[in-house]
Amino acid sequence: MLIELGHFALILAFVIAIIQAVLGLIYWRSDVRIANFVRSAAIWQFILISFSFMSVVYAFVVSDFSLSLAYQHSYSLQPLIYKITAVWGNHEGSILLWVLILVLFSAAVAVFGRDLPTQLRTLVLAVQGILGAAFMGFSIFTSNPFARLDPAPFEGTDLNPILQDIGLAIHPPLLYLGYVGFSVCFSFAIAALISGKIDAAWARWVRPWTVVSWVFLTLGNAMGSYWAYYELGWGGWWFWDPVENSSFMPWLVGTALMHSAIVMEKRNALKIWTIFLAIMTFSLSLLGAFLVRSGILTSVHTFASDPTRGLVLLALLGVSIGAAFTIFAIRAPSLRAGGLFAPISREGALVLNNLFLATATAAILVGTLYPLILDALMGARISVGAPFFDLTFGVLMVPLLIVLPFGAFLGWKRADLIAVTQRLAGAAGLALLVAIVIFMLTGAEIRLAPLGVFLGFWVAFGSMADLIYRSKFGKIALGESLKRLFGLSKSIWSTALAHFGVGVTVIGIVIVSAWESENITTMKVGESVDLAGYSIKFTVADERPGPNYTISHFEFDVLAKNGKVRHVVSEKRVYMASSMPTTEAGILTYGFSQLYVAVGDADEEGVQVVRIWYKPYILLIWIGTLFMAGAGFLSLSDRKARVGVPKQAKAKRAKAKVSKTSKAKTNKGSA
Amino acid sequence: MTRKQKRFSIIAGLGLVIALAAILIFTALSDKITFFYSPSELQEDPIAVGQAFRLGGLVQEDSWVKEDEYNIFYITDNALAVKVIYKQILPDLFREGQGVIAEGSLDAEGVFIATNVLAKHDENYIPKEVVDTLKERGEWKEDEQGDKY
Repeated sequence: MLIELGHFALILAFVIAIIQAVLGLIYWRSDVRIANFVRSAAIWQFILISFSFMSVVYAFVVSDFSLSLAYQHSYSLQPLIYKITAVWGNHEGSILLWVLILVLFSAAVAVFGRDLPTQLRTLVLAVQGILGAAFMGFSIFTSNPFARLDPAPFEGTDLNPILQDIGLAIHPPLLYLGYVGFSVCFSFAIAALISGKIDAAWARWVRPWTVVSWVFLTLGNAMGSYWAYYELGWGGWWFWDPVENSSFMPWLVGTALMHSAIVMEKRNALKIWTIFLAIMTFSLSLLGAFLVRSGILTSVHTFASDPTRGLVLLALLGVSIGAAFTIFAIRAPSLRAGGLFAPISREGALVLNNLFLATATAAILVGTLYPLILDALMGARISVGAPFFDLTFGVLMVPLLIVLPFGAFLGWKRADLIAVTQRLAGAAGLALLVAIVIFMLTGAEIRLAPLGVFLGFWVAFGSMADLIYRSKFGKIALGESLKRLFGLSKSIWSTALAHFGVGVTVIGIVIVSAWESENITTMKVGESVDLAGYSIKFTVADERPGPNYTISHFEFDVLAKNGKVRHVVSEKRVYMASSMPTTEAGILTYGFSQLYVAVGDADEEGVQVVRIWYKPYILLIWIGTLFMAGAGFLSLSDRKARVGVPKQAKAKRAKAKVSKTSKAKTNKGSA
Repeated sequence: MTRKQKRFSIIAGLGLVIALAAILIFTALSDKITFFYSPSELQEDPIAVGQAFRLGGLVQEDSWVKEDEYNIFYITDNALAVKVIYKQILPDLFREGQGVIAEGSLDAEGVFIATNVLAKHDENYIPKEVVDTLKERGEWKEDEQGDKY
């Protein structure tokens, strides 16, 4: 019964979304009652979809296998957490999660956008209504999660074992919060194009939504990468898999958008470009959804997808992107271009940032779509893999990383490059020194690695240099400098921290790519193998029971250079319901480095294939992303960035002015 | 510089970067892509020794043996088969009779030295390329894997 109510709630929300979209688009200019209706409609959709979603979650939790979805993707012995996450570990459920997050963002606009101009808010919510109706329709008509089975099966068929991991609880929701969050930027862009009001204030309203989505997308991608790293047992953290690319492209364009919106807000320039990026970011999110869900890809991510749904998704994608760019093409020429600026300026640096991020995205887009297009047109089967992406993306990132530290130092309008270079000389020298030391210690055979290390440290030190310069270290008393340092505005801190994170991630990527070592060997219990100064001894191999799987359990003792012995467990699991095996790699962390042990098949005499990696400084990759995400949160906590606050502040200031003048008048009067 | 010259120099600079990036992307594209072959296609259109490509088909029944850390098996399209050597841990879902894609190149004896064997998240999954070639060669049995690929 609850399931049917949930189904009904979804249909009701679908109908409300359509009404919200139609009324909003027709009457946005004139009617206050419509504006109020659109607001409450957005909130009601969130309530209805939440109920709908919870009804599915409930069926999974109580193992109600009369729900077809629960039968296909759950199992009564599964731990509770995986019963819940199984809801979105499949196509239908993940679309419902997508819808839930979409209406969550619409409701957030309705609630937090109190102080937005009414017309803008109504238009934004109307566009959100179109998107909501489209995805709810997709869910109801092609991917209905509420289908029942009669008679109800006694037992479910289990969630795909590789998804039975805490990663599924974190990665998809974060990623969707990022993907779908950009729908708000998209809606703002369309609303601006329809109403024709595109100014600095618009950029200020859009920026927090961009930052929120970007933070979630950053965390979602990082989490996905770490999950793949520890769960798949291949020891890799990024595969340039089409699905990874399709979540990386919105991130790159979203990063560009976040930066161009700053230019638009501060200098009222790059307006058309910013609108374009806002549309593009969400379009790439939709493209990602299409690529993942349609089943046209050969990917490690396409779990049980259905090609017939692909067409519907393609239509959805085509219509929304097509409509968005049609409106863009019609309205963009009528926008007044912003002012010009000198190439050597903060704006100039941000344009370079956008240029390289956009071309890097284009490179990834070409590499991702080229095999699909070639297959469709000529039937040729090719694949574009890591060598292509490493080369193109790598080459395009080099100039971006070189310019990055200059950006924060350059002033708006025009700046003095020589003075800025002088201020950055310390950071450059220090980075060069580090690169040379690493080069000397490790030998010269790896040519590109020292350059990469230099770039990473250059970005990290260069971003810190901004803080040091602004707080005048060495020029005034230390105590005074520290006071200044902590008194610096949140926007300066968040810029420095985010860029520092970029540097940290680059350092991690370069070091682990250049200096990781691996050993694949066969071992018997009692034997030892050496890798990168560690001695790994195979101590235990036995069979154990697990909750819904059986375990081949292996233990190793790892002797480090300092004489300390640590213990690591590596497992192979076979899941009962699907008799599908998975590998649980054993990972030991030493500082920022990790030792990674995966076990393969055994032969008849108990000789075990063991694969061991030493991954130096690999954790820096994800620590850097935490810096970026943390910086995003910090910038959101900045009062200036909060939605609607500028207007409120203005109103207050106006009030203050009024009271001041009235006071002045009374003063005068009394005098 | 006048306003016009300034605008021109900026646009020219941006255009230059974009042009260079486009050249980079398309040279890399012609250089770094790998082609997909089935064993029969390999017979019809031989590939140079050492040239990287992807070989796809089904893992031949009763062909998989292990010699120390080497896995040796045959990839077949039910017409021809190619011997594959892979010195790494095979994916969990690697089984005889299942679809598989291997990345690597041929050695002088015509043995495929794999650098990577692709795994899928779903046990019923057969790589699309493999399904297509099997269908083309009339070796695909529709009921075999259901509609789930």
